Amino acid sequence: MIQNYIPIFFVIAVAAIFGVAVIFSSKLFGPQRPDKIKESPYESGKKPFGNTKERVSIKYYLVAMLFIIFDIEVIFVYPWAVQFKSLWAEFGIFAFLPMFVFLIVLEIGFLYIYMKGGLKWD
Amino acid sequence: MPQTTNEYLLILPFLVLSAGIIVSLCVELFFRKGKELLPYLSIALFLIVAYLSVGQIYEKNVLFGGMLITGGIPAIFNLLFAAAGVLVMLNSIGFLKKYGFYHGEFYLLTQLSVLGMMLMAGSGDLVTVFLGLELMSIPFYVLVGMNRKKVSANEAAMKYFLLGAFATGFIVYGIALIYGIMGNTSLIDLTENFYIYSENIIFITGFILILIGFSFKIAAFPFHMWVPDVYQGAATNVTGLMSTMGKSAAFSVIFILLTAVFMNDAGSKLGNYFAVIATLSMLYGSIVALSQNNLKRMLAYSSISHAGYMAIGLAAGNKAALAGIMFYLAAYTFMNLGAFGIISIIEGEEDKQTDLNSYAGLAKRFPFLAGMMALIMFALAGIPPMAGFFGKYYVFISAIQSNMTWLALVGILSSVISVYFYLRVVVYMYFKEPGEEISVKSDYSAYAAVIFAGILILSLGLFPDTFLSVIEYIISV
Repeated sequence: MIQNYIPIFFVIAVAAIFGVAVIFSSKLFGPQRPDKIKESPYESGKKPFGNTKERVSIKYYLVAMLFIIFDIEVIFVYPWAVQFKSLWAEFGIFAFLPMFVFLIVLEIGFLYIYMKGGLKWD
Repeated sequence: MPQTTNEYLLILPFLVLSAGIIVSLCVELFFRKGKELLPYLSIALFLIVAYLSVGQIYEKNVLFGGMLITGGIPAIFNLLFAAAGVLVMLNSIGFLKKYGFYHGEFYLLTQLSVLGMMLMAGSGDLVTVFLGLELMSIPFYVLVGMNRKKVSANEAAMKYFLLGAFATGFIVYGIALIYGIMGNTSLIDLTENFYIYSENIIFITGFILILIGFSFKIAAFPFHMWVPDVYQGAATNVTGLMSTMGKSAAFSVIFILLTAVFMNDAGSKLGNYFAVIATLSMLYGSIVALSQNNLKRMLAYSSISHAGYMAIGLAAGNKAALAGIMFYLAAYTFMNLGAFGIISIIEGEEDKQTDLNSYAGLAKRFPFLAGMMALIMFALAGIPPMAGFFGKYYVFISAIQSNMTWLALVGILSSVISVYFYLRVVVYMYFKEPGEEISVKSDYSAYAAVIFAGILILSLGLFPDTFLSVIEYIISV
């Protein structure tokens, strides 16, 4: 049993050694010219410190949620489209109709979002 | 995969309701006056569902490879959901305008939750149970908080959502454990081999986790904390919807899970779990309700104790108990919908008139409403010619048949306690002098809902055999 895990321990050990080695070698061999900006923590270009109670506009969540709808649609449609030829050969129109109904239901939902102004940013 | 047309004919109630939801969405979207039309469209939909379900009562079918079961007990539940849905809709026509949320989404969400309940009642697979549960719960969370401007509604929605999601987590974990033991999620397999599986400690753990999740949904004692705040904070018609249909749907799943226990008349190790839950729920609900002055809150605690009475039947676990709980659920649904209907008529713009004081001297101002309220309170207390009495009677009898006489005695004790707070409302209405003037708008559709509820309570109470014999026939087949 335990022998099976030896490769995994090896990978963990190599990863740890590599990580430590890279950090220390750059510290050892690289030039060191620190200044204030270089020392500050990296925050994707934003100011690293500030009020943490900053509010994010709810529109971001709305867009994220709408994105999920289309994400799920794609996840459903992709495997169906890839297998469509063999499905059609086997089931005929029944391979087509369920996905058609699914898409119609989804698009009506999308229409609802659109008409209610869910996609308006301002 | 391709189904025979026969299978599509059998799920016609589901298909009609699903199509109706899409049509309602379009009506709401494209017609400015759509929301005036939607309640009637919903009522028509529910009536069609009821009609189709009545035709299926005597033929039981397993569809889609065991995913869905139609006919038999699911058909009776569908009928109950449809009837209750009609009452809720009638109640909402005038109420939503008063409540400050007059949007078509209420009707859509109600239809969606009813579809979820029908899926739950008809599920033949744990995956269908979960799907139905979510389809029911998520519209409920939204409906509870539908008036965004009301702080109490927001609080209620938040509490309900967090605790409900937590309870769903229990259910999913239980399903995972059961899947681990059985290797599939089929409830038919679970029913057939229940006594073999239940030797396994992991299976029982999973089963109890699922039961904990559904105990939350039926508002039984240790899982009841959300009930008072949510029932009080939600709009009154939504409270009626949740407290009756949500509870019935959760019970329908418990029935399916415990089919083996009920059919063998044998009881199970789980009897003790339900006995504890039943005792605690009955006593806690009845005793705490004694000190409530807000009527919605009082009915919330009474809902906890009613969950306890029904759990007596689950503890007894025989065929008589199954029929008894079905009867109790039907009776409870119409009693509570009637009560919440009257509360929704009496309550004012800011639902301030839900205190007992607003009901003082109601008999002089609104003799009809007071009379209906008295009828419903007598029924809830379990006084003979009304439906509530026979519900309790059948459940207690089933407990005595399973040698759990002590549980029936606790139930009777709790009923005696509960008479106090139910009849206090009647005393306020008939024997107190009217206090300050209350403003009540006449709302004929809500009156109709209350009258229907009253008729159903009386007819269930006067002819209990008719309903019971149908259920007993279905169980025996």
